[in-house]
Amino acid sequence: MTQKEKQRTLLDPAKGSSRRNFMKIGGAAMAASGLILIGCSEDDEGGMMMPDPDADAVDLGSGDVGILNYAYALEQLEAAFYTAVMDNSFFPGATDMEKQILSDLQKHEVAHRDFFKAAINSVAEAIPALEVDFSSIDFDDRASVLGTAKVFEDLGVSAYNGAGQLITNVDYLVIAGKIVSVEARHAAAIRSILDSDPTSFAGDDVIDANGLDVARMPSEVLMAASSFIVTPIDASNLPTA
Amino acid sequence: MNIFQFIQQFGADPIAEVPSQQFTSRREAFRMLGASGKKLAAVAVPFGLASGLSQTARAQSMESTVTDTLNFALLLEYLEDDFYRQGVEKGDIPTGKDLSIFQQISKHESAHVSFLQTAISGAGATPIEFPEGGFDFTAGGAFPDPFASGNYQVFLALSQAFEDTGVRAYKGQAGNLMGNATVLTAALQIHSVEARHASEVRRLRGEKGWITQAERGTGMPEATDAVYAGEDNVTQGGVDVTTITTVGADGVTEAYDEPLSKEDVTAIASLFLG
Repeated sequence: MTQKEKQRTLLDPAKGSSRRNFMKIGGAAMAASGLILIGCSEDDEGGMMMPDPDADAVDLGSGDVGILNYAYALEQLEAAFYTAVMDNSFFPGATDMEKQILSDLQKHEVAHRDFFKAAINSVAEAIPALEVDFSSIDFDDRASVLGTAKVFEDLGVSAYNGAGQLITNVDYLVIAGKIVSVEARHAAAIRSILDSDPTSFAGDDVIDANGLDVARMPSEVLMAASSFIVTPIDASNLPTA
Repeated sequence: MNIFQFIQQFGADPIAEVPSQQFTSRREAFRMLGASGKKLAAVAVPFGLASGLSQTARAQSMESTVTDTLNFALLLEYLEDDFYRQGVEKGDIPTGKDLSIFQQISKHESAHVSFLQTAISGAGATPIEFPEGGFDFTAGGAFPDPFASGNYQVFLALSQAFEDTGVRAYKGQAGNLMGNATVLTAALQIHSVEARHASEVRRLRGEKGWITQAERGTGMPEATDAVYAGEDNVTQGGVDVTTITTVGADGVTEAYDEPLSKEDVTAIASLFLG
């Protein structure tokens, strides 16, 4: 399977929602990307590490600032995606409701992105603008656009859910909480207009038997996102517990 | 000065001041995950809160903060679970798409009740009982009977109010759960489910899935004012977000959901106690 085909699988609404597929694609994508997840000295598992970290990689940093930069990276990705959707005047046949939802999502993600940049720069150094690769997305195809939105929103929800425990400052935690519930509102709306199953907004593919949504650690999230990000990212200094 | 600078300047980060040796033990404590009293105590100690107290007292304090918070969440879940159970059983929900949606939501609220009861018991505390007098979903007559024939729109309005309240309630308690990574993560995982529910119910009512300014939407009586109070906030971390982005105030308020205090949530829930 080529890299392109793997990305297709990720975006196929029929298959892309499965966590197992998601993971599989993420791992494959990472191998071909510039994503650095583990510091060399700490890696004793073999296989996944980058023996020679890219000196040009963008370092997310450590501690709370690292987590904020991580969130900033994800918000950049989402904002860039919805901006591209709007630059393409949505997709042929988009309904007024679909246009309204997608343009609202674009505004929200831009508001998140711009906030993180300003907030991080007020105390440390925000990572630069990341270069994205949306070549796997057919912006003229409804299923491709909404399928990608679904992947990004579900990924965002799981990212904030997983990162909460890594944040040490309560004020940052609350801000992350203010954002994650909006990402979840997005995910539900996109699923609702894309999927025929009326329960998809909080479907059994993302909510478990305890009624809990997905939580993913940064390494897992960045692997899944890496096929859309060209800029090499060094996440090896992020807190892991 | 915004909050980020404030934190930087005063180093108001209790974890950062913990010696590295204790960092290790905190990580190990988090790894134990389970919620027995002893494990919670192990998590609590390195935070060094309430330094005037003995270690045991500190541990008990942290432990009771977590279980008190979970019991507070359980009250809300009892309310939601009871509401949807009655709605699905005897309400006037149209069959087909709408009923499927509320069966799914009901399933989740029921699971949240069980999950919280188990978590509280596992931490050595006692889950609160379902309220003795039950719930009064007319809020003392402020609403018509949401389950009566022809009152589906009332049911929908109340559902929206409960879900949007739930989102704000969990968000407001996140800080109280920071001492226990497992519990915090689970609470966040419930929080986003409530937000998914809220979005869906709002859209069923013809609203946006997100909250513009502090708008309640149609058919929402004044009794629900408190549910949306403060949602029009545009200042995050001391920064007026409208000054650093091209997105206007409506979009900025939509992009951030606001927390509610335990007191405010309790006041809202109390409207519906029988």
